[in-house]
Amino acid sequence: MSKRTKGILLHGTLMIGVVLSLFPFYWTVVLATNNTSDVYHNPPKLIFGGQLFTNISHMLSNIDFFGSMFNTLLVAVSTTALVLFLDSLAAFTFAKYDFPGKRFLFGLLLLTFMLPMQLALIPEFEIMVKLNWVGDLRALVVPAAANAFGIFWMRQYTSSAVPSELLEAAKLDGCGFFRQYWHVCLPIIRPGLAFLGIYTFVGAWNDYIWPLIVLVNPNRITLQVALAQLNTAHGADYSMIMAGALLALLPVVLVFVLFARQFMAGAVKGALRG
Amino acid sequence: MSSSRPTAQAPRESKRTSPRMRIARDTPRPSRARTPSGPAPSARRRPGRARRVASFWPQYLAISPFYLVFLVFLLIPIVFSLYLAFTSWDGLGAIKFVGLQQFRFLVKDSTFWLALRNTLIIWVLSTVPMLFVSLVLASLINATRRFTAFYRIAFFIPSVTSIVAIALFFSAIFSENYGLVNVMLHAMHLPTVDWLSDAWTIKLVIAILMSWQWTGYNAIIYLAGMQSIPPELYEAAKVDGAGPIRTFFSITIPMLRPIILFTVIVSTVTGLQSFTEPQVLFGSSASVNPNSGGPGQAGLTLILYFYHQAFDNNNFGYGAAIAWAAFLVIVLFTAINWRLVARKDR
Repeated sequence: MSKRTKGILLHGTLMIGVVLSLFPFYWTVVLATNNTSDVYHNPPKLIFGGQLFTNISHMLSNIDFFGSMFNTLLVAVSTTALVLFLDSLAAFTFAKYDFPGKRFLFGLLLLTFMLPMQLALIPEFEIMVKLNWVGDLRALVVPAAANAFGIFWMRQYTSSAVPSELLEAAKLDGCGFFRQYWHVCLPIIRPGLAFLGIYTFVGAWNDYIWPLIVLVNPNRITLQVALAQLNTAHGADYSMIMAGALLALLPVVLVFVLFARQFMAGAVKGALRG
Repeated sequence: MSSSRPTAQAPRESKRTSPRMRIARDTPRPSRARTPSGPAPSARRRPGRARRVASFWPQYLAISPFYLVFLVFLLIPIVFSLYLAFTSWDGLGAIKFVGLQQFRFLVKDSTFWLALRNTLIIWVLSTVPMLFVSLVLASLINATRRFTAFYRIAFFIPSVTSIVAIALFFSAIFSENYGLVNVMLHAMHLPTVDWLSDAWTIKLVIAILMSWQWTGYNAIIYLAGMQSIPPELYEAAKVDGAGPIRTFFSITIPMLRPIILFTVIVSTVTGLQSFTEPQVLFGSSASVNPNSGGPGQAGLTLILYFYHQAFDNNNFGYGAAIAWAAFLVIVLFTAINWRLVARKDR
């Protein structure tokens, strides 16, 4: 086989994979921009139509899309801010400081990877009842404010990115622990924070089972829960449903494509060390 | 106090009498005067150690939020759910201890066994072909020089998209009458299939959905592993006259073993916990029978059944029992896979 045919075969096979991987996005746009009867047409329409805004307005009359998107945004942004601060601070401590009980505490942290969350769901719901947070967005943010994966990942990153000599120098200049974190560590670990931030944001945006359980107030739900309701109530109007899915997908896909390189590098790093 | 035993006695005594130690810390001199040989040194060491530990307060403060969240929202709930599995509770009334009754019921509950079977079938249907395709994809990308960044992004995107949106998409294209798949089958003069009604095709659709979402993610991880294999190994294989297939099985696979182990474990843990896919796919029948997993309950997974019992029926005791049973299943299959993959190199 010549090098050229080999290359064509290689890229041809990969392109089939790309088509399979991206087809759902393409078809989501096709469904969302045509009306349902066009889609039911035989042969079906394969190109974008002009019905997007009609479909969106149908969708908006069925669910409180922007209200639930605002809730999701609120949850995702505040969770991400908390995780970035609390995880990187804890990671800095584990990476650069020795203190009694450190090994035990870090071992405990690694152990939490193995605890499946569904075991906690029923009692966690009861805790939210006691706190009076059922139906409240705090029920989503507070339990997610600090997590083992983020601390584990940032610790690896911090220990290789932040030189200990720099911290020593800061200490000689009279910087205490928290000022070392804020003035020395934080500026250096920014690229790592970018990964953890996107990872947390995407996770919070797509979260489903816990919001489904705890957000019992139909006027205060997140986007994913609202989206699932579209299917429950209006099983047949696919154009309307996919218009909602498209709008819900768009922010996360955009964020991912913008930061794809750093994000994938970070995700791979986490996996290879895990 | 005999002179031969103080070393053995001292720590025991100091541990037992903690109130005295507090006094000792406040007024060190008299206690030292009273017992010059025994507990005095340890009593003096303890406050020193406590002060040393206390001097690390900024570090403890810095890591405390995680442990607080972990304690309140994970550890205590998990311990409490173990207790709940031995009770009968609807979330409102009194908690009634019933011993092993929930588990006795579980063993005889045919729906539980159906859910277990469904979960395992869906997991096998999705994981095995997915990891194989991921490996092939990764080695193909690894062989290219051009468009590599594009391929990586295109294959990775599915793993960051919301399962809810994708489940809606799948329910659209696999719908019986006008779904794209059936329209295409019809155009090719092939018989159409009631994808979301038949016990096997329901599982197949869920498995395809899960594979679509995670194939690229696993491929990118394999790719990173392949790129860290030293090129000298491949050159040596070439010198020895090994073809590409031989090289793949004799060098690439063994070198990737730890990474393959990681992906197998992650796919096992996440695959056996599938919930959103069947929950959303069969959401349109929710008004009739909420969260039942579709026609014939063929898409009912363990976690969906747990959710249904706990949060539709308010059977918190039985729900907790199902959750623990599911956990044991996951631990069992993770252990089996671990042994299978880790043993291959012997």
